[in-house]
Amino acid sequence: MEAQKIFELMAQKCGDAVFGFTAEGTKDPYFKVKPERWLEVARLLRDTPELDFDFLNVLTGVDWIKQNVMQVVYHFYSYRHKHQCVVKIDLDRAKPQVASVESIWKAANWNEREQYDLLGIEFLGHPDLRRILMPDDWVGHPVRKDYKEAAEYRGMPTTRPSPMDLLAAYDKANVKPEDST
Amino acid sequence: MSELIFAYDSGEEMTLNMGPQHPSTHGVIRFIVKTDGEIMSEAEPDVGYLHRSIENIAEKCTYEGFMPYTDRVDYVAAMTANHAWAAAVEKLADLAVPPRAEYLRMITDELGRISSHCIALGAMAMDIGAITPFPYALREREYCNDLFEELCGARLTFNYHRIGGVGWDMTDAWRDKALRFCDHFEPVVDEFDRLITHNEIFIKRLANLAVISGDEAKSYGLVGPNLRASGIDFDVRRDHPYSMYTKTKFEVPVGRGRMGTVGDSWDRFWVRVEEWRQSVRIVRQCLEQIQDTPKGEFWNKPKRLKPKGDALARIEAARGEMACYVVGDGGTNAYRARFRTGSFNAMGIIRLKSRGLMVADLVALIASLDIVAPEIDR
Repeated sequence: MEAQKIFELMAQKCGDAVFGFTAEGTKDPYFKVKPERWLEVARLLRDTPELDFDFLNVLTGVDWIKQNVMQVVYHFYSYRHKHQCVVKIDLDRAKPQVASVESIWKAANWNEREQYDLLGIEFLGHPDLRRILMPDDWVGHPVRKDYKEAAEYRGMPTTRPSPMDLLAAYDKANVKPEDST
Repeated sequence: MSELIFAYDSGEEMTLNMGPQHPSTHGVIRFIVKTDGEIMSEAEPDVGYLHRSIENIAEKCTYEGFMPYTDRVDYVAAMTANHAWAAAVEKLADLAVPPRAEYLRMITDELGRISSHCIALGAMAMDIGAITPFPYALREREYCNDLFEELCGARLTFNYHRIGGVGWDMTDAWRDKALRFCDHFEPVVDEFDRLITHNEIFIKRLANLAVISGDEAKSYGLVGPNLRASGIDFDVRRDHPYSMYTKTKFEVPVGRGRMGTVGDSWDRFWVRVEEWRQSVRIVRQCLEQIQDTPKGEFWNKPKRLKPKGDALARIEAARGEMACYVVGDGGTNAYRARFRTGSFNAMGIIRLKSRGLMVADLVALIASLDIVAPEIDR
């Protein structure tokens, strides 16, 4: 099914929960969903026979710091109908919260954990929302645009001096006697 | 299996660590195994030991400059990771790729798939105790690596694909060598089949083990050979063709449960063996068709690369669909890049499938899903 038709069908089924269909000037047409009604829309995406989106392909969080928006992008695909759709949900950057779709697509379990870990997006209703890639006691969410890495983690420095600086310091400390005269 | 759990349920469960440094975890992965005797009640994967924040690095360097890092997304089959990044940026920036480059990409992708499956199948046989097939498979991988080395100078992390093409053209001598490899490899697959695939002990060990149904595979987001072994007939190369895959003929092997149930570990092994055959077929056709393309036209170097918007490219990598999502904001660097890899999603199903398995069968399950640690953690 065409992206336009998918959007029209969804608009017919759930009214103004879906909005902002964009096909011009974008590579993959997308539409937006109101965060508070996401779970209902997601269920319809999978359970409507004409849509049958049984595969959650990519789940990405994008930090739009200038617009003060934390965006979650879902790419869905249907193996039966061989069509795809892109859903974008804009969240408040100060408190990014959206319903978890783990109960619909099991793949969301790990993918949501990853986005929580890297961007701090909170997926409400997730059964096991903890860090997955970073250590459990890591501070901050590293893919956020305003993330500042701490100088050290458990006594280990997170940066190291430039080898060029070390070389210069070594040369300076080891000046031969004839050079200094 | 479920009867066995109850029989052994003595209430003396113990928690064991498997990994992070364990030879059969295929890299640095840790499993927290809860077991009572040989039967596990659960194995929980703990990942992240190889996390190098590759997606974050993409935001720090230019589109072209990120290419060598994509090799490290999946270092067992680096060509397809190269391809995914190049395809995503080209889609984002509306760049055309010369046909010769598309063929070279396909040839290297398929040779990469062959060499990756050599590791997958050889290591799987070794993990469950058959030592002999591993060196046989590695010997073939060496031939592939020699071909890659001659083409781009590297044996593991190739950095061969470029935004808008590939880095170097092939020579006629290289083409002959690649053809000779195809001639040599086809009988080797038959030999491998006789040696291990249809080996009685091997079949008994793997048939009906860790069966993943089609619905589970779809829900957990399994892709590529793991998905096809569960009976879902889908291949990005056939259903959403990129490069020149529309011009080549090949079949998509799908698990049929010939030795047990659809989606068991043996099916996952067999699908990869069949993919070897299909890859050789594609390489042959590409080497034939590439003769019609003008020599030397292998790279449309983009003059200005400051795309805006977002794009998703889907590539059939050795470990299944690798999707690369890239967001540009009009600068020289990507605003956000995301790699969706097969191993990451395959790890998610292990906790479910490990329930009631033996500890030794966990090793077979991990190997049959063809998990590579850097691809999980990126």
